[in-house]
Amino acid sequence: MPLLFLAIPLAAVVVLSLALKLLNEKVALWVAIIIAGWQTVMAAVDIGLCLKSGSDIHSTYLGLLSIDNLSAVVLFAIGLMAFVSLIVAKSTVKESIFNFANMMLLIMLGMNGLVMVRDLFSMYVFVEVISAASFILIGIKKGRNGLAGAFKYYMMSAIASLMMLTSIALIFMSTGNTGFTSIANYITNANGKFPFEIIIAFILLTFGLAIKSGAVPFHTWVPNAYSSAPAPVSVLLAGIITKVSGVYVLMRVFRDVLLNNTAVGRLLLIMGIASILLGALAAIGHKDMKRMLAYSSISQIGYIIIGVATGSPLGFLGALLHFFNHSTFKSLLFVNFTAIEMKTGVRDMDKMGGLAEKMPVTSGSSIIAFLSTAGIPPFSGFWSKLLIILAVWQMSKSAAIVALVASAITLWYFLVLQKKVYYGEPVSAISGGKESTGGILSVEILLSAINVAVGVAFPFILIYLNHAGLLHGMM
Amino acid sequence: MIIILLAGMIVCAVACIVLGNLVKAGVAMAATSAILSIVMFILKAPLAAAFELSVCAGLIPVIFMSTISMINVKSKEEIEEMKKERKKRFFLFPVFLIILGAVVLAVMWPHIVDFSSSYIIPAFTRNVRDILWNSRQIDLLGQIIIILAGVFGVIIFFKESVEE
Repeated sequence: MPLLFLAIPLAAVVVLSLALKLLNEKVALWVAIIIAGWQTVMAAVDIGLCLKSGSDIHSTYLGLLSIDNLSAVVLFAIGLMAFVSLIVAKSTVKESIFNFANMMLLIMLGMNGLVMVRDLFSMYVFVEVISAASFILIGIKKGRNGLAGAFKYYMMSAIASLMMLTSIALIFMSTGNTGFTSIANYITNANGKFPFEIIIAFILLTFGLAIKSGAVPFHTWVPNAYSSAPAPVSVLLAGIITKVSGVYVLMRVFRDVLLNNTAVGRLLLIMGIASILLGALAAIGHKDMKRMLAYSSISQIGYIIIGVATGSPLGFLGALLHFFNHSTFKSLLFVNFTAIEMKTGVRDMDKMGGLAEKMPVTSGSSIIAFLSTAGIPPFSGFWSKLLIILAVWQMSKSAAIVALVASAITLWYFLVLQKKVYYGEPVSAISGGKESTGGILSVEILLSAINVAVGVAFPFILIYLNHAGLLHGMM
Repeated sequence: MIIILLAGMIVCAVACIVLGNLVKAGVAMAATSAILSIVMFILKAPLAAAFELSVCAGLIPVIFMSTISMINVKSKEEIEEMKKERKKRFFLFPVFLIILGAVVLAVMWPHIVDFSSSYIIPAFTRNVRDILWNSRQIDLLGQIIIILAGVFGVIIFFKESVEE
């Protein structure tokens, strides 16, 4: 089963490339959409299998591949976000559809491989796959802005890769292995006292992953990359790529390799709180909607990092849930932006206004997305933020208070956005402004439904998991 | 001997970044890779050294020189202006990294045992082919995916469209 998540997209790329002359370009896009949909369904099945059996799913070939609860949830998020991004691309990508579809399949391959490996070096290889594919996707339109954004993204990515590779080399030098289990055994036997090179390795690995995640103080590439990428690529970047290549690796390494090391946890808490606060404050006052959403993403990723930093099962559960929720509500906000830009040709919020009448579904879904982002019940974001803040409260009360205050700031700047863009005086200069149709409308409704459904159903899911004994004394 | 080679490598690497002339920077990059391959030979990694020499000191500089030969050269005034702008970036980011590293190291200091460590050097009883094909197959798959991504990247960025 794990091998299928690699074999099917790879086979699709090879077959499509060989059959290029026989096929219409749009067939490639539909193949990618079907594969993304298939992955979403299969990953949901795997979540059920992992919960029921209480053990990982291993690959009978390429034995290093396995799927546990964390991998299954992330695979589900990857499939869903790829599906959403490809549906948006159907309406927005007019040139190089074939190449775009193949790049999307390759980036899905990279992300799938990353979440299934249990070896540091293999993880690094797939992080590089994601970086290379992201660079190409950001600059795919070959415009000046896109290429500049892609170049800045790749430079920061290269620095992060250098740090990660150096840390892997130092760990290999000291432990003789790069497998998670071997390194975890080494750390257990060290009893909290490590050689100098291992400390340097931990620091470099943490910084490298912080760059990939877009956490403060390594966040400067995020607004440029998100705002200069084409619409479906922004949806994918904000929805899943940054989280998988940075935050997921951080979660996996911190829990399974570093075994919730206290000193690294403190470092992550500081970076997480800085990201939450600076991201929220920097989002205020931006006229460019995409840049504002990029800073908001930095802030939300901070919540995931502080949840992981607690090292507790409750914090980890909150972080995982916020990982998924952020994928849905942030990608929904980017889809809303795409709908507005397509119909009005405008991205400066000061030039928008009164769009709620002309675009009721877009404005309604935007309300759901921002309320979820701000952690307002009964939407999905409320539960993940609640779990994270409860976990962080046990570690540091001041950090939990900062996280709460930042939620209020989030609510404030999104209310300003809503007033400027959807309510307030209609701007006569906007000639278009009809409701989105087809794929974009469907995706807006789908993501809104997920935000509401997860929010309403989550307490029941929590009760079920508790009764099944899967919460390990968290409740 | 290795210390001298490593120092030479760092000098060439810095020269590659600092030099204003792109051809000279390309030669400095090739020299960096060539010295690194010598270091690898001395450290008894001949296969890695051969790859480093042929690809990083051979193929990649050739590609860079071909590209450099196709670009338009800027005027002397434009080059001087760019050099002044670059100097700020050269020093700010490394200084920032060093300060950040020092602060973090101070936080982690109580957890350090000692500075003299015994490294585990695995006994290399298996050859490279055996390790690659039997233990690291998933990495080979990753490499194939990167090559595919590279191919599509070249097609996307460099293939001229029919309209153009």
